[in-house]
Amino acid sequence: MNFSETKERALDRWSSFDTPRRTRVLLGAGTCGRAAGASDLASLISSAVDLKRFQADLYHVGCLGLCYAEPLVEVTHRGGPSILYGGISPEKADSFIDDCILRDKLRPDLAVAVMGDEALESILPFHKVPMLEGQVRITLRNCGRIDPTDIDHYIARGGYSALAKALQMTRADVINEVKSSGLRGRGGAGFPTGLKWEFCSKAPSSEKYLICNADEGDPGAFMDRSVLESDPHSVLEGMCIAAYAVGASRGFIYVRAEYPLAIERLRIGIRKMHEYGLLGDDILGSGFCFDITIQEGAGAFVCGEETALMASLEGRRGMPRTRPPFPAERGLFGKPTNINNVETLATVPEIIARGSQWYSQFGTEKSKGTKTFALAGKILRTGLIEVPLGTTLHKIVFGIGGGIPNAKRFKAVQTGGPSGGCLPAQYLDSPVDYETLAQAGSIMGSGGMIVMDEDTCIVDIARYFTEFTKEESCGQCAPCRLGTTQMLQILTDISAGRGRPGDIDLLQEVAESVKLASLCGLGQTAPNPVLTSIRYFRDEIDAHITRRRCPAHVCSQLLIYRIDPEKCTGCTACARVCPTGAAHGEPKQPHVIDKEKCIACGACAEKCRFDAIIVE
Amino acid sequence: MKSRDSSGPDTAQDVNRSGTPSHQFSPDELDARLREVFGNFTGEGTELMPVLQSVQAALGYLPLDALCRVAEFTRIPPSTVYGVVTFYSQFYLQPQGKYKIKVCQGTACHVRGGKAIMNAVSRKLGISPGETTDDLKFSLERVACFGSCALAPVMVVNDRVYGRMNPDKAIRTIEGLQ
Repeated sequence: MNFSETKERALDRWSSFDTPRRTRVLLGAGTCGRAAGASDLASLISSAVDLKRFQADLYHVGCLGLCYAEPLVEVTHRGGPSILYGGISPEKADSFIDDCILRDKLRPDLAVAVMGDEALESILPFHKVPMLEGQVRITLRNCGRIDPTDIDHYIARGGYSALAKALQMTRADVINEVKSSGLRGRGGAGFPTGLKWEFCSKAPSSEKYLICNADEGDPGAFMDRSVLESDPHSVLEGMCIAAYAVGASRGFIYVRAEYPLAIERLRIGIRKMHEYGLLGDDILGSGFCFDITIQEGAGAFVCGEETALMASLEGRRGMPRTRPPFPAERGLFGKPTNINNVETLATVPEIIARGSQWYSQFGTEKSKGTKTFALAGKILRTGLIEVPLGTTLHKIVFGIGGGIPNAKRFKAVQTGGPSGGCLPAQYLDSPVDYETLAQAGSIMGSGGMIVMDEDTCIVDIARYFTEFTKEESCGQCAPCRLGTTQMLQILTDISAGRGRPGDIDLLQEVAESVKLASLCGLGQTAPNPVLTSIRYFRDEIDAHITRRRCPAHVCSQLLIYRIDPEKCTGCTACARVCPTGAAHGEPKQPHVIDKEKCIACGACAEKCRFDAIIVE
Repeated sequence: MKSRDSSGPDTAQDVNRSGTPSHQFSPDELDARLREVFGNFTGEGTELMPVLQSVQAALGYLPLDALCRVAEFTRIPPSTVYGVVTFYSQFYLQPQGKYKIKVCQGTACHVRGGKAIMNAVSRKLGISPGETTDDLKFSLERVACFGSCALAPVMVVNDRVYGRMNPDKAIRTIEGLQ
């Protein structure tokens, strides 16, 4: 079967999916959805449908990015509109299934959106949902809209047409198209993708490799997981195009083991590609041969660094080496290797299909296109978004993300994970692009954005990231191994009330040395969270040192817990939850906290219903 | 966040002596299971990681005897195999609990109270992160990030992800397993 026949058959199957003849239920069942209860909801729906002998089809789809509203269910009755319902908790499940699935009743109270352009009664069309406004979904084009295990869905929505097109082009033309699109590496460093491909394609060797870096290790980042789970073929197609362009015959996807669902979806995808002649020998009759192997990581953050990743793929300890030689000259098994991140590769098919000019209309002069971000932390609407580069932080945090919950004040947004930094309110109006973030002392990174409010302590955050990089340092170069340990020691002292005058300057000196002298990206960027904290929040660090106070009430060793006798009703809740017996008293009498015994765990404050616990 | 088995071989044997019989492998049984795993590989040195992962999947952990056999099979020195195993946090030299409780300490979980959950679970089970209960029922682990940040704080039991946790919910979840 040639590709146009394949596509025709896929379109046929898609049309019966897209305009269903009986009730169709789409359940958002990515890892996020499952964590919010999607699996239980799926079995409730199935058993209700079976019990009533109702005719319906249930599909597990990926993530729409509206994680705050999980679990999400889209319901379409024959000939009717598709309604997206959200927040279907176990308590609401029965009435939801009864009303919206078994019967065709509209429930505006549970509805998030109507899929389409027109509003329906009070229900907003999908693109008008506050979290969607301002988004441009290119990489996330299929996420949540297709069954990720069905290759026909992907093909029907334009998938693999870009590969078919690329195989008709010369390798140089494919590279030039990507070069002129302005696409830059979405893994964090932002190196121009087309240029990287060109280096590898020009390296003289009969054997070359292509690697997809899916070792998304930054805590707080889940863009790649979501794409792999929701639309694995976009990444696999991108890999085929990249392999063709650079002349690689073998590809590897290095996925972290914490993502079992992504691995499962990739396995299914690769098997289907073989069946369809999209992988293996003579792909689509072009003579191009390429195959892909999945390699699971084993829990080492440093393996996200490209030379460490290759060492791990070769079966060794994942330790980075100095560059040059760059992987494009000497990479995996000593052969020229091109390595790109998941998001970069998932974007490539759209660039080839629609052209570089179309892609480069989005973004800024130096940062073209769109970027996905994972919004999390103290933000109203958590989730996965995709916006044109150059969108302001304010628009992302307060527009798309809905601002800070519980009427708290915005303090900072952390970009770039352990390699980035905390940007304060003064940067809210800055555009998010590679250059601006770098000037501010942070980095774009892979796209994690953790929003922090006034209850977040900057010393605690700097300490948190430093502890992370110290643990994850591979230990081979001294500046990183010893430097992160020293920074952590100083920060621990500061957060425990043992800070000394001059500590901030010492911290800065150590941080700058680690940045300058470390061997790989992990060590070179590890000081960023510390340096940005000093640059923007020096006063807060100083309060820990000179006044022995944690203004955000986080550093437990600087906190004193006591009970307001006026407010305490003697309900004994605090005494029952206190792990050390510090909180005590007679029933119906005001309780007290024994300072000697108190470990400042905060359990009492969490339990107290009368606001009687005072933290100082 | 690595919960490395820094304790090495002695502890592994100790646990074996006092552990439940299901985690001890007789030489014949070990041989049979390893043969089955090795049957899926060619024995090239570059296969070391997938071989180790498959052995661990078959045995539940990586006993030293098994590592020596892997070394023979891949023709890699045992010391190098041991070096690789101890580099990665998800290779275990000791038997693991039936329920692996992983409490996420990622950034989003951290700012939303992941530490309080870890403390509560640790107190409940009476073990620290990286340890396993004596009855081999529970292992506790810190994990840097599961990528379910939007539902932070998160706890994972075996492969099941529990989102929007608090210390109480975490304890109840564990009680539900007992």
